[in-house]
Amino acid sequence: MASMILPLSAMFSDLVHLAGGMGILSGRILRDLFRGPFYFRLLMEQIAVVGMKSLPLILITAGSIGMVMSLQFGLGLEKFGGKLYVPKLVTATVLRELGPVFTSLMVAARVGAGIASEIGSMVVTQQIDAIRALGTSPIKKIVIPRVLACLITLPLLVAVTNIVATLGGLVVGVTELRLDANFYYLKVLGTAGLPDYFSGIAKSVFFALFISIPACYYGLNVKNGTREVGLATTKAVVSASILILVGDFFLTKLLWMIEKWA
Amino acid sequence: MGMIEVVDFKKSFGAKVVHNGVTFYVKKGECLGLIGGSGAGKSVILRSLIGLEKPDEGRIIIDGENIAAMRENELVGVRKKVAYVFQGGALFDSMTVYENLAYPLREHTRMEETAIKNRILEQLAEFGLQGSESLYPGNLSGGMQKRVGLARAMMMNPEIVLYDEPTAGLDPYNTKVIQEHILNLKNRGVTSILVTHDMPTAFAVCDKLAFLLKGRIGAQGTLEELKKDPQGLITKFINGEAS
Repeated sequence: MASMILPLSAMFSDLVHLAGGMGILSGRILRDLFRGPFYFRLLMEQIAVVGMKSLPLILITAGSIGMVMSLQFGLGLEKFGGKLYVPKLVTATVLRELGPVFTSLMVAARVGAGIASEIGSMVVTQQIDAIRALGTSPIKKIVIPRVLACLITLPLLVAVTNIVATLGGLVVGVTELRLDANFYYLKVLGTAGLPDYFSGIAKSVFFALFISIPACYYGLNVKNGTREVGLATTKAVVSASILILVGDFFLTKLLWMIEKWA
Repeated sequence: MGMIEVVDFKKSFGAKVVHNGVTFYVKKGECLGLIGGSGAGKSVILRSLIGLEKPDEGRIIIDGENIAAMRENELVGVRKKVAYVFQGGALFDSMTVYENLAYPLREHTRMEETAIKNRILEQLAEFGLQGSESLYPGNLSGGMQKRVGLARAMMMNPEIVLYDEPTAGLDPYNTKVIQEHILNLKNRGVTSILVTHDMPTAFAVCDKLAFLLKGRIGAQGTLEELKKDPQGLITKFINGEAS
């Protein structure tokens, strides 16, 4: 019994420590966000890194999602004569779920890992100490530009995913399922309402925080040399992925409640 | 009393007690050599003097201000007048040498770009680094990285300089360049603390030495006092008879 309780209590203690650490970091980000100086150029650089450089990956992922969803729904529903519902189903699924979740997972893998390893390396080579010793704040110079860049670019990337995935679905719908392109297009427009867009984009704002804050936290907490940089990178990606997938359930529930209430 | 005063400084990492009541002071314009065995906590003291570490107990007074009680944003003023020379240079590897040197000026002054450029070229010439402004730290030798780190630390004309093993791993030429620079600064009235294992450099530039032993200052004194006491702890440490 004790052998079970001890690891559980250690895990619980780690979780509390982690939540506390991320809470403190979030507090510092909030506090410094509204205090000058503001590093606009650094923010622009990070937007390019997070947004522009993620675009090819997002385009490939989005196109594949749309095509696969269209094919799966088409082949599955064909048996029941429900092929005509494919545009509706693909659009709703992409806008509300797959668009934000897949885009965020891809960004977590590419950008989250990059942030954690870059900051971790800066800690190991004392560059973070140098930033502090030179009278500047690593939160303002390193953390805030990365968090803001994720907050700005992830919703935009999700919007791109929505468009590309829908186009992918349309291509498969027309070529493989023999649906009329005009019919598909009209069904997409008829299905996609503002709440669908809002739901996906709202989720992506939270997912941006789930990616950037753990990545910065693990990067800043690298302590024992380069080996820990790799560990921090893994932890950042795993944490972000778990937070995105688990958080998605609660956000979906919350957003449905808001939609009902509104 | 001094430009730098460390009073009853205590610091532990987990269960390991590193400092258990370190007390020393450095007068304005003086250079103190902080020596001791590996793991004695010399760098921890140096880092604490600029607020990179917080003491568990005790006071750290820099130019009359107790920085031990200060929060991160309150330390900015202190960090403008205290420069820290990191052992490995700690250069920003995403920036060129020029951008590394421009960093403190762009952050803390309203100097125009032309004035910044002139100041940087002046500093590069002083450290024998002409022509390296467009290079990235990864393209520099260890000695050059240290000199760039030193040049960056000097950009704000600090009143206090903290050197963390500035000559470790350097060839005699680079060691001499750094020794001469420390002496120049001392002659200009800059107060400094030098953490080192390089005893010839310590003897060349320091006014006094403090020996860290078992979490306290085991012995300290001016170079003259040390020479008069061949059986003292510092002499034993230098001769490899104490750690």
